[in-house]
Amino acid sequence: MIREALLVSAVLFSIGVIGVLTRRNALILFMCVELMLNAVNLSFIALSRLHGVSGQVFVLFVMTVAAAEAAVGLAIVISVFRHYRTVDLGRIRLLRG
Amino acid sequence: MGTFYTVHFWLFSALAIGAALAMVTRKSPVASALWLVNVMFALAALYVMLGANFLGAAQVLVYAGAIMVVFVFVVMLLNLGENDVKERRSMGAALAAAAVGGALAAELFIVIRSAPQEMSTLLPVDSDALAPLANSLFTDNLIAFEVTSVLLLVALIGAVVLAKRSKATGEART
Repeated sequence: MIREALLVSAVLFSIGVIGVLTRRNALILFMCVELMLNAVNLSFIALSRLHGVSGQVFVLFVMTVAAAEAAVGLAIVISVFRHYRTVDLGRIRLLRG
Repeated sequence: MGTFYTVHFWLFSALAIGAALAMVTRKSPVASALWLVNVMFALAALYVMLGANFLGAAQVLVYAGAIMVVFVFVVMLLNLGENDVKERRSMGAALAAAAVGGALAAELFIVIRSAPQEMSTLLPVDSDALAPLANSLFTDNLIAFEVTSVLLLVALIGAVVLAKRSKATGEART
């Protein structure tokens, strides 16, 4: 089962990468990053069946970092939206406001 | 592993992959977010099937519950329609992205396939879902755990500072 879980994780990660490369909506881009984090979590958990529980501890840390990343990232999206009135990454070109 | 287990493993795997594909291709951010919730639930089921019961529950609570609510909340707050973002990339860029993703998947497949064959000797699943995890978290990884709490504090303050409006004008800072 471990190998199959790793394969599923690889597929999900690649879908996330394709999403990040093709989409222009900043919010959907964030969701694709979350998908990639989840794919990595799946392989951590699959491998924790072979190498002990510390893989699961890392999943807890990844979840925490994902929560922090979502909060800060979405705050940035909100403040960018206030300035440009869009979340289209093709139209957001400058970092300075 | 019995047939029941195998069937459900592939069922939830297919659900996760199908929902992920739907998430990447939907135009509306709300539809994308809901498909992503679907992925999270399927992954939670897979976690439980792989013996990580507590993390399956945490996945539903933290990811499907908290993080996705934040996403949907922001989508509603910004009041985005389907046509606000021009999803037009040139055909070449889309093909290049598909090629990169495909190459990555192929690479990972080769790595997994060439892994040593000892992947069938699994550790037994502890019937106590929490004690081994907590033991490792609060002894070996205690410093990382404490640093994580600081990270959450920083993220909290950062999010408030980034998203608040300036007091003087009541408008967005420019």
